[in-house]
Amino acid sequence: MTKYIIKRILLMFLTLFIITTMCFVLIKLLPLPAVREMGRDINLVLAKREKMGYNRPIMVQYFLYVKNILVDWDWGVGEQLYEGLGIWDIMMQKLPYTVTVNLYSILLSIPLGIGLGIYAALKKNKWQDALISTLVMVFISVPSYVYAFLVQYFLCFKLGWFPLQAASLSQAGSLFSTKMFVSMIPAVLSLSFGVIAGFTRYTRAELSEVLTGDYMLLARTKGLTKAQAISRHALRNAMVVILPMIMGEFIGILGGSLIIENIFGIPGIGNLYINSINVRDYNFFMALTIFYTLIGLVSGIVIDVSYGLIDPRIRMGSKK
Amino acid sequence: MMEKNVNVNIPAIPQEKFQFVQREERIHDERLKTKSISYFGDAWIRFRSNKSAVVAFSLILVLLLFAIIVPEVSDYTVSFRDGYYKTVLPRNPLFKNAGFWDGGQRSKQSEAGYQYLRSIGQESGVPAIMKEYDSFVDATGATFHNLRVDTYAQVGYTYQNLSAAEYQALMDYQDANNVQIIYPLSATQNKNFVRGNDGANFWYKLQDETQGSTGAPVLDENGDFIPNYLTSDDPQKAGYTSRMRIAGDGENGVWYTYAQKNQTGYKVRVNYAEYFYYKNGFTPGFLFGSNQHGQDIFTCLAVGARLSFLLAISVASINFIIGAVYGSVEGYYGGAVDMIMERISDVLADVPFMVVATLFQLHLADKVGVVPSLLFAFVLTGWVGTAARVRTQFYRFKGHEYVLAARTLGASDRRLIFKHIFPNSLGTIVTSAVMTIPGVIFSESMLSYLHIINLDASSLTSIGTMLSNGQGYLSTYPHIIMFPAIFIAILEISFNLFGNGLRDALNPSLRGADN
Repeated sequence: MTKYIIKRILLMFLTLFIITTMCFVLIKLLPLPAVREMGRDINLVLAKREKMGYNRPIMVQYFLYVKNILVDWDWGVGEQLYEGLGIWDIMMQKLPYTVTVNLYSILLSIPLGIGLGIYAALKKNKWQDALISTLVMVFISVPSYVYAFLVQYFLCFKLGWFPLQAASLSQAGSLFSTKMFVSMIPAVLSLSFGVIAGFTRYTRAELSEVLTGDYMLLARTKGLTKAQAISRHALRNAMVVILPMIMGEFIGILGGSLIIENIFGIPGIGNLYINSINVRDYNFFMALTIFYTLIGLVSGIVIDVSYGLIDPRIRMGSKK
Repeated sequence: MMEKNVNVNIPAIPQEKFQFVQREERIHDERLKTKSISYFGDAWIRFRSNKSAVVAFSLILVLLLFAIIVPEVSDYTVSFRDGYYKTVLPRNPLFKNAGFWDGGQRSKQSEAGYQYLRSIGQESGVPAIMKEYDSFVDATGATFHNLRVDTYAQVGYTYQNLSAAEYQALMDYQDANNVQIIYPLSATQNKNFVRGNDGANFWYKLQDETQGSTGAPVLDENGDFIPNYLTSDDPQKAGYTSRMRIAGDGENGVWYTYAQKNQTGYKVRVNYAEYFYYKNGFTPGFLFGSNQHGQDIFTCLAVGARLSFLLAISVASINFIIGAVYGSVEGYYGGAVDMIMERISDVLADVPFMVVATLFQLHLADKVGVVPSLLFAFVLTGWVGTAARVRTQFYRFKGHEYVLAARTLGASDRRLIFKHIFPNSLGTIVTSAVMTIPGVIFSESMLSYLHIINLDASSLTSIGTMLSNGQGYLSTYPHIIMFPAIFIAILEISFNLFGNGLRDALNPSLRGADN
């Protein structure tokens, strides 16, 4: 197992390196955004660019970029966005928003989704199951931004329960204040519908398959009540598939949702990413690309490894 | 256990009772009476019995037809914009008196606003107030009216600057068709009134004629408006030669002035609904309303849907082909070939799609256009999933005896791959190709919503662009965002149901696998 994990991590770094290199070269091939003249000395900017090595060969620049990150943990500074401020600092400033919103969302979704899934599986082929399955189909298919509009229109505008946009830190005082929490509810709800539906679907599918297993019959035959049999035998086995999914979700909270952050004006990582693209701030874009790639890679590993940890039958590293 | 010496008493059968069963005929199996069913025939039978999938498929066909036909037959185009019929509400001529879908909007108006709307109806003959619910006096003593306002008729009149030729043409059109388009200019020529297209709707006497007037009228003893047109003693002032004149013109030798000459031509005051018909050749009517640029949402939606369908279907078919070939080669040859190819597809699969889409837009959008570069972005990483599925199928089937038999008989690699093994994976990959469609549609709308792809310069639009147009008007004009949102929701649900039905039909062993 340890050997497998080490192998996967090394492979991850190799993949990350390849992707980073490709993106870096592609970004550097783009023309640099013109120096904005207003209120700034062009020569100063040009001198800064010269100093940062913008005029040297791309591979040299790449070497410097990687070296700066590895040696000084220096991710460069913003050029168009947050001019002159360190990219790492800004990202660390934005990350808490994204993490908070997504954390609320999965804390809401996982119990609800699994609960509904268990209920549907136990009521299989009855009307409750049909209703839940239909709703799951609808909620999985409809894009998250449609919920966002509905939530915004009905809950925020018509009923006036929540503000239209998430509060800023200066308004709310702290990230965990009540005001902040209330203003984040619409975004949390919009994010949650799809996740709840996803968990419900998987839990239902897994559990209803497990429930037909022979050992369930055995458990009942040896005298366990239905509730005992389900909680001790069926659920545990169903969790083999569901737990890795939960792990994946937890890693995914770092990435967040670009579109929901945009709609509700949450100043998180996703919004930073969109802004960096729109104003062509390539330093931010590059750093966030690495960030997102890394999240994807890590969550892949975590999911695979947790399968092996949870279920010893799944041997990792064995030949496929 | 056998008993010995069993004396079975068999009666002697005379020999002539025996006869041959058949002698001349050749023995052969009975022919199959029923028609054999092919794989796809079988799948079709299974698919047909799945009600929701059939409904979803029909819905997709309807939406597809909508996307194909509407842009061809619609009066409007995406580049059509109208500065006055902005944010008008959906109107269907069939629902004229239904109380909904008639372009009406409930609104609360002050007394001045109520009179203003009433005056438009009185002058043009098309009432701007569809229904008066009630009126009340608030604590400060001001009267308010709850009305249903026709969002089309409330546009009323506008000032237009025409060149001499355009002016003449408009007058000729008036005479030929017997319609009054040009109306007399108002005596109050101030600009920047609170209401009324630069004051073009104030044909009546105002209590206050300064800028910022609310439009409160001076009423005569019967409660009627007092006309306040610009007058002169010359009936043809500023070259108004048309015979069309409004009622009350020319009384006591006082003639209304219909135009004003300025540096570039003539300034006239027109009834905008009629003028719109004169300019465009059709009456204004937006089935799904119009957005803040005055674009027809119905047509834009069809054009956006066309882009979504086109993109999704091309991506699905290209991914199908690349994935099939790549996966086949990987799965069939295995070993080092497989390992190298797997690593390549692993790396590609791990690049975040947003990054790919953005880089392709930045690099290629200027060279090959926005839509092709988006297509490339989808194709670059989209086939990985399909390839993985095909590869798995190849690993399952390539060791089977029938494949060995075919190889022994001298079948080439290509024949083995495409004739013998690949058909086994057909069901899986057709399903996966269809299942990619909703994802492509979603990603495309998301990218255009976030302005990462920018279609503003072209005569195209996309559902995401429409959604982002409507975002700022969510509270005031929800119809702008509602129609594209409903459309994409229906589309996504239909494709998912259809995909599920297809999966159950093509891979009976997977029936209900994750449902």
